[in-house]
Amino acid sequence: MSAAAVPSPVKMKLAVRDLEVFYGPKRGLAPVTIDLPEKNVTALIGPSGCGKSTFLRSLNRMNELIASCRVRGDVRLDGEPIYGPGIDPVVVRRRIGMVFQRSNPFPKSIFENVAYGLRIGGINDRSEIAGRVERALGQAALWEEVKERLQDNALGLSGGQQQRLCIARALAVEPEVLLMDEPASALDPIATTHIEELIDELSKDYTVVIVTHNMQQAARVSDWTAFFYMGELVEFDRTNNIFTKPSKSKTEDYITGRFG
Amino acid sequence: MSDLAAPAANLRATPFVRALRNRMGDIALAVSSGAAILIVLVILAVILGDVVIHGASRLSPRFFFTAPEQGMTEGGIFPALFGTVAMVLLMTLAVVPVGVATAVYLHEYASPRSWLTRTVRIAVSNLAGVPSIVFGLFGLGFFVQFVGAGMDRVFHGGQRVWGQPALLWAALTMAVLTLPVVIVATEEALRAVPRDLREASLALGATQFQTVYRVVLPQAVPGILTGTILAISRGAGEVAPILFTGVAYFLPTLPRSLHDQFMHLGNHIYVLSTQSPDVDATKPLLYGTVLVLLILTFVLNLAAVVVRSRMRRRLMGVA
Repeated sequence: MSAAAVPSPVKMKLAVRDLEVFYGPKRGLAPVTIDLPEKNVTALIGPSGCGKSTFLRSLNRMNELIASCRVRGDVRLDGEPIYGPGIDPVVVRRRIGMVFQRSNPFPKSIFENVAYGLRIGGINDRSEIAGRVERALGQAALWEEVKERLQDNALGLSGGQQQRLCIARALAVEPEVLLMDEPASALDPIATTHIEELIDELSKDYTVVIVTHNMQQAARVSDWTAFFYMGELVEFDRTNNIFTKPSKSKTEDYITGRFG
Repeated sequence: MSDLAAPAANLRATPFVRALRNRMGDIALAVSSGAAILIVLVILAVILGDVVIHGASRLSPRFFFTAPEQGMTEGGIFPALFGTVAMVLLMTLAVVPVGVATAVYLHEYASPRSWLTRTVRIAVSNLAGVPSIVFGLFGLGFFVQFVGAGMDRVFHGGQRVWGQPALLWAALTMAVLTLPVVIVATEEALRAVPRDLREASLALGATQFQTVYRVVLPQAVPGILTGTILAISRGAGEVAPILFTGVAYFLPTLPRSLHDQFMHLGNHIYVLSTQSPDVDATKPLLYGTVLVLLILTFVLNLAAVVVRSRMRRRLMGVA
C-alpha cells in the first residue's frame, strides 16, 4: 500500500519509506510508506494491535528502548534520515516530542515537570526557564489553573490536568512534531474535550500525529487519517475522504463499525 | 418440581460432612501455625527479656563512655562502641557507591541476556551465600597481605604500616560482605520505578544517563536507603569477617588512623564471654554489651522502616 498523493501546497514534515518493525522474529508492522504533512493533524486509527502505536513510536525512535525490537526502512524529518548513521536518538526526540496514553508526570513540582526538558537540554538561565514554562503551560491551557501552585507536586493534579501538564512538558522543549499516543483515552469527556481543543490549537504551530481508538475523535481533530489493520497501513487520505468515501472496503467496514 | 427437589436435598446433605471436614482442616492449620508463631515469640521474648532484665541496670553514661577496666570486670564499652561506629561508617562509604553503581549498571545499562550480566548476577547471589568467616580469610589474604603489604613495599620501603590488620581493611572486608544486600535492594528499587517515567524522560530528549540520574535514582532513593541501613545493621553485628582483618581483643587507646586496629561490640561480647579472668564479675558487663548491640541493630532496622515510608510518602506527593 503506497501513500496517497498529497496536493502540493502542503509541505511534508515526515517522509516515511518502507518502515518495517519487528519484535524478535515477529513482524509488528509491514512496510509503511507515507508522508505526514506539516502543521496538520494526522490521526492513526485501527483496532487494538494493528500497529498504529508501533508506527508512532518508530517516528521518534522510542521503539529501540524495547530490547527485542528492530526497525528497518527510512524516516526523514525535513529530509534528514532519523535512522541514519551517526544520528543520535536524543536529538531526534528533542525535535519530535511525545505524549503518552497514561499521563506520566514526574513526582516533582508542576514547575519542575515542565522545566525538566529545558534543564536537560542545558538551559540554566532562570528567567528563560520561567518564561518558557509559563508559555508551555499557557499553550497547554493549564496556566490559569496552576499558576498559583507551581511548586505543588504534579501528582496532586487531576487526571486531565496531569495529561495537559505532560503536553506542556513536551511543548516546553519546542519540538517540531508532537506524537500523541491515545492522549485522551484515560480521561473523562470534559477533559477529553479540553485536549481535543488543544490539539486543534497546537496544529497551527506543530505537526501533530495522534493515535486514537475513538473514531469520532479522529474525525473531529484530524486533517488526515491513516487506517492500520493487522500491522499494515490500509489507507491514508484526508480525514473527510476516509470518513465519507473510503477507497478500501476494509476501511469502510471499520469506520462503520462492522468490526474492531 | 420433583426434579428440582431431589438435587436440592443432595446439595444440603453431602456438603455438611464435607464442610465439617474442611473446617477441621482450617482449625488444624490455624492451631498449628498459631503454635509455631507462639514458639517463635516465646523464644524471642525469653532472649530479649533475659537480656533486658540483666542488662538494663548496667546502662549508664559511664558504661557508654569509659573503657574496660580491671581486666574487663569493670568500666564500660566506649572503645568498642567507637570502633563499631567507625568501622560501619567506613564500610558504608565503600559499599554504597559500589553497590549502587553495580545495580544501576545491571539494571539500566547491561543487556539482560549478555554473559557478563548473567555472570555478575550469579556472582552477586553466590556472594550472599558465602559464610562470613570466608570473607574474613579473603580480607586477610587480599586486603591485608596483598593490598596492604603491597602498599608498604611501594610507599614505605617494606616497613609494616598497612600490611597488618587495620580499621580500613576490616571495613572493606565488611563492605564486600554487605555488597549483595545493597545491590539487591537497589536493583529492587530500580525495578519499581515505572517504565512510564523513563519513557517520559527519554521522549523529552534526555540521555540515558540524565534519565537515570534525574528521574530513576531519585525515585529509588528510599529503596537504596533501606538497603544501606540493612547493610549497616548486618555490618554492625558480624564478627567473623573482621576477626583476622582488624579487630583487637583490647586496646588502651582509640584508633587514630585507618591503619590502626580497633575494638568492636560483637567481638567484645565474644571476648567478655570467653576470655574473662573472672566470669561472675564480667557477666553484668556482658549483658549490658549485648543489650547495647541489640538496641543498635534494632534502632538501625527501625530507621530503615521509617526512612522508607517517609520517602515513599514524599514521592507520592502526600506529605
